[in-house]
Amino acid sequence: MDYFLTEEQQMIVDLSRQIADELIIPQRAALDESEDFPTEILDAVAKADLFGIYIPEQYGGIGAGTFEIVLALEQFGRGCVGVATAFAASALGAFPIMIAGSEEMKQKYLPDIATGSKKAAFALTEANAGSDASGIQTTAVLDGDEWVLNGTKQWITNAGEARIYTVIAITDRSKGPRGASMFVVEDTDPGFSYGVKEKKLGIRASSTRELIFKDCRIPKDRLIGREGTGFITVMKTLDKSRPGIAILGVGLGQAALDEAVTYAKQRVQFGKPIISFQAVQHMLADMAIQLEAARSLVYAAAKHIDAHPRDMSKASSMCKVFATDMAMKVTVDAVQVLGGYGYMRDYPVEKMMRDAKILQIYEGTNQIQRNVVGQELNKEYTKA
Amino acid sequence: MKIIVCVKQVPDAKDVRLDPKTNTLSREGVQSIINPYDRHALEEAVRLKEKHGGTVIVLTMGPPQAAEILRESVSCGADEAVLVSDRAFAGADTLATTYTLSQAIRKIGGADLILCGKQAIDGDTAQVGPGLAVRMDIPYVTCVRRIAQVNDKSFVVERLMDDGYDEVEVGLPALFTVVKEINEPRLPSLKGKMKAKKLAITTLTAAEIDADVAQLGLKGSPTWVVRVFAPQLKGERSMIAGTVQEQVDQLAEKLLEWC
Repeated sequence: MDYFLTEEQQMIVDLSRQIADELIIPQRAALDESEDFPTEILDAVAKADLFGIYIPEQYGGIGAGTFEIVLALEQFGRGCVGVATAFAASALGAFPIMIAGSEEMKQKYLPDIATGSKKAAFALTEANAGSDASGIQTTAVLDGDEWVLNGTKQWITNAGEARIYTVIAITDRSKGPRGASMFVVEDTDPGFSYGVKEKKLGIRASSTRELIFKDCRIPKDRLIGREGTGFITVMKTLDKSRPGIAILGVGLGQAALDEAVTYAKQRVQFGKPIISFQAVQHMLADMAIQLEAARSLVYAAAKHIDAHPRDMSKASSMCKVFATDMAMKVTVDAVQVLGGYGYMRDYPVEKMMRDAKILQIYEGTNQIQRNVVGQELNKEYTKA
Repeated sequence: MKIIVCVKQVPDAKDVRLDPKTNTLSREGVQSIINPYDRHALEEAVRLKEKHGGTVIVLTMGPPQAAEILRESVSCGADEAVLVSDRAFAGADTLATTYTLSQAIRKIGGADLILCGKQAIDGDTAQVGPGLAVRMDIPYVTCVRRIAQVNDKSFVVERLMDDGYDEVEVGLPALFTVVKEINEPRLPSLKGKMKAKKLAITTLTAAEIDADVAQLGLKGSPTWVVRVFAPQLKGERSMIAGTVQEQVDQLAEKLLEWC
């Protein structure tokens, strides 16, 4: 379907597609096998200016919005969700600085993130704090001109690869949700180290590790925004970032559909290509319908977020649920269309199915997203 | 440093056809690309600029649609683009092409360094680079695989040979033709693409480069293509039979005969 992109948006699509086709797709199976971080691919993405799409021009970026980053991520997701996650995680790490950072902080960090010379990462999750962010145990205590951080963050994407970390920690437990604050931690800060790299079902090209803070001392001015605003910054960050995860589902769904249709046209059983059987055709048709519906919703949500930065939550959560549930269904069906071949690692669809699962879990499980949509509905109808 | 990169628009080798009547390449419906060797020349120029400063100008002779490859070059790092285009240039062989390019380069004030691809994948002559250097009366090195040293008034480069490489020091201004081994060309950048979209391409006609009409196009070309054909493969084939030992002996005997 034609979504009437502007010339600039089409350029982003073309460039990202070229990177997916020429650099990501030829390497994705090897990266999945070796679990190596895609440093070379991300260097090429950096040279192509794509790390700076969403960063304002005054900090060295392109100055485009959520919709434009979504267009790039769709192509990368079509190539490999692991590589795309490594790319997207830097944006997730940068958003708190963009949303709540001081002018000095933006000037200090955003230019390097825009050029891709330094990657960022976002650190919220802990062993006892995932969906329930109030379980956070990591603390930050002001000691003279320095904050002292203690605690452990878990399953942090880009950990060990990023140089800039945006981290939430409790600064005053007695204040409940208003007692959390966000900080920038740099890879070289004293008392900061990484845990071992996790072994994952999918998105193996992305790196996932613990962040360990042991009397980690950082300058006072690394506090993002005001003390006690950490949760608000986290919520705004996730509202802004979720369409990026949603669109990975769309890109992945497209890749799975492409594989399934191509195979169904070639595979002959009972003397005919299997695409001529209605049982297969209907599966492919349902995949295509769900995929296009998801794409439309994500595009619309991204444009809504760009136009209404104070009203992001519902659109953001709706598109994340729909597109990632779609990706799971479509990739499972793609494996089914390819049958035994689909189950083998010689074909890319089994990897796609493994990669799809995380999309329903990270950046807020799809159950949590439904909570958000439900709560927003409750608010809306109370007002009326 | 002012660097001029000569680029050529060529049909994509994946779908090239010959027109049997005119003995020329049929370009209709065939995707056009930047000659692959020229991409390496452009990449090297952009790297030199990034490291040592300067300007990279891409230059091509061709029909108006050749502006496409100039925009693509700018999206990959070139600063300016010049298109030399005139009906009078049609049918040029390498002699007429080097004349036209040399006049255009003089018109835009010459260069410290001119980079070309080793050859174009359509004509495959590898003559334009050296021919252009002779026209400009500057030294040239063909098949450069590495620029080893950049000095104020000279470069040290490695020239790829069949059995190794030569290290050559060349005074500037100079012209190099490059091989694929020299670098890995980058993809376009988003800022480059935006710049390329807005770029005003300088177009020069035969009159604007003060060209002698007799030396242009078909008139200025002593090379005439008489016939273009796909050669018949006439190789002989024979099967060697017997035990492995016998087969090896027979093969060795044949190989020795040919030595």
